[in-house]
Amino acid sequence: MAGWTRHKGRAVFLGLDNIDTDQLIPARFMSTPRAQGYGQFLLHDLRNDADGAPDPDFPLNRRPDASVLVSGRNFGTGSSREAAVYALVDAGFRAVIAPSFGDIFAANAVNNGLLPAQVTDEAQAELAATLGTGTADISLDLETRTVAVGNLTVAFDLDESWRTKLVNGWDDIDLTNRHVDEISAFAANRAKSEPWAFPLTSE
Amino acid sequence: MAAPRTMLDKLWDAHEILRREDGVSLLWVDRHLVHEGSHHAFAKIAARGLKVVRPDLTFAVVDHYAPTLDRTKIADPKIARMIGTLRDNAQAHRLRLFDLQDQDQGIVHVIGPEQGLTLPGLSINCGDSHTSTHGAFGALAFGIGATEVAHVLATQTVWQRKPRTMRITVNGTLGPGVTAKDIALNWIAALGTGGAQGHAVEYAGSAVRALSMEGRMTLCNLSIEGGARLGMIAPDETTFDYLKGRAFAPGKGWEKAVTAWSALVSDEGASFDREVVFNATEIAPTVTWGTSPEQALPVTAAIPDPARLDPEKAKAADAALEYMGLQPGRPLDGTPVDQVFIGSCTNGRIEDLRAAAAVLAGHRAKVPGLVSPGSAQVKAQAEQEGLDVVFKNAGLTWASSGCSMCVGMNGDQVAAGKRCASSTNRNFRGRQGPGARTHLMSPAMVAAAALTGTITDVRRFLGERAA
Ligand code: SF4
Repeated sequence: MAGWTRHKGRAVFLGLDNIDTDQLIPARFMSTPRAQGYGQFLLHDLRNDADGAPDPDFPLNRRPDASVLVSGRNFGTGSSREAAVYALVDAGFRAVIAPSFGDIFAANAVNNGLLPAQVTDEAQAELAATLGTGTADISLDLETRTVAVGNLTVAFDLDESWRTKLVNGWDDIDLTNRHVDEISAFAANRAKSEPWAFPLTSE
Repeated sequence: MAAPRTMLDKLWDAHEILRREDGVSLLWVDRHLVHEGSHHAFAKIAARGLKVVRPDLTFAVVDHYAPTLDRTKIADPKIARMIGTLRDNAQAHRLRLFDLQDQDQGIVHVIGPEQGLTLPGLSINCGDSHTSTHGAFGALAFGIGATEVAHVLATQTVWQRKPRTMRITVNGTLGPGVTAKDIALNWIAALGTGGAQGHAVEYAGSAVRALSMEGRMTLCNLSIEGGARLGMIAPDETTFDYLKGRAFAPGKGWEKAVTAWSALVSDEGASFDREVVFNATEIAPTVTWGTSPEQALPVTAAIPDPARLDPEKAKAADAALEYMGLQPGRPLDGTPVDQVFIGSCTNGRIEDLRAAAAVLAGHRAKVPGLVSPGSAQVKAQAEQEGLDVVFKNAGLTWASSGCSMCVGMNGDQVAAGKRCASSTNRNFRGRQGPGARTHLMSPAMVAAAALTGTITDVRRFLGERAA
């Protein structure tokens, strides 16, 4: 995963709260291998009618070039399916801006280079008002933790460890393997002090 | 004297290998549970040429795609491939697999406890948000995404920032026909789906203490629907009684283990970042009317009128009512349903089936429905008790265990526009199938809905039948 510090793109507003992971990617698409691309499944049942025809008024259909999504509260609530993040990333998104996020979704996002930028309700309302039903150029800066659209600049919240990870494009397995000795020592200790914590299938 | 510690503090300290300068901890993982949906994670480690580092602590189960009606042949090639991939990965990494024909197969959050893989004081991870269920035993259990699953497979550890603490205390005694499901839907309705965001919720109070392990699991299971990272309940005699003699529970070391587990309580005077108190006597059987678990009300209430809600909630309520096809102001009780579902990791355990069967016994359901036990063991136990006969005589379909209609991945779906009274955990749009309309409620309430073909206050049938 490549790291990034600044992004310039187009932002679109999707004015719904509680967009859950079942809406981000309906379960029936989740058996698809990632190589086939998950962008086609993003918000599938909201974007398309029952027969699969795209709703021309849905914001993402009107603005397929968008790379930043401004949305409502509790974005990504629900299941741990990382496929919800794959759908956004494969559809070209680099950031979601919302007043709050589902915890597991936000962690999954960072693990895939997608920024979950948390803003205040007021800032979200200002961004929404600026965007309306159109799109606008937007720039994001992980260094200053700010988003700028036209004359409007708002700050976003992002856990410091997540910021570092996004900027460096770090892979956790590599990081963790530097601690392999501490991990082995911990495991050996635990087996001695809490033997009940290890399955005793032989007994 | 050391400062008083919460249960979370104790569990966290026991698993923290190290803490980075930025405050993120590297935690040891005692049990890692995987299922068909873990295929992305296995692909990730395969791409790097890595193996599962602790196959002895990793357990695999077929549940999300498990066929529930006919297991002899799987018609849908996509489903067959998902199950086949898990089998291949389990074999390649030498993992214990609870496969379709296994007498111990079931939903991952049902079989973990049932097998004694879930124990107090353990850290448990699974690529599934309802991993919070296992916290009912006093375990540190939370769901993770595919990248983290790959990380656990490769290192048996997980990076995590310690959540804030929140204690939900439920005092008093639950009324007849009121269950753990109602406690959960009630607090989520009161605090919202973001109500516990970023927090580890510890449940306490006399009403929680009085719950069986099944009830405690239901409560912890639903923590995630209120935004919590995890749920937990301090272990006690109820916990130990449930676990004693389970296949993977300690045998010889039992007494020592119980001594260690008994210390897993929040110390007197330990402080929580947030405290909320509820009164059990005020909780009624609760039903969701919308498309988010927070859109829930006592069954005695009327369907809300968005015009009378605060504007923040009005828009969501409007959209939800339209999707659900409901009229504002009409009583919830009496809303016709097309079908029912009893099952899932929330309410697919033996006690849930008993509660539903007690309501149904000797009667015919007015609408069709599916009953999918949470595990093969639950199924066998229910059959021994004759519960299957009660369901079948009522006209419901008695199926095998799996996630089934909770998520519809195996093909058990609610058709578009149909309304289902369901013992599951999510009423999201399309959760049970595209266009499906879901009303969450307790298993006894689902049984009552089956009998009348409408959403019904189960208390009407108490005394008459259910004990
Ligand atoms: S029963 Fe439903 S909530 Fe539970 S693990 Fe299966 S799909 Fe997830």
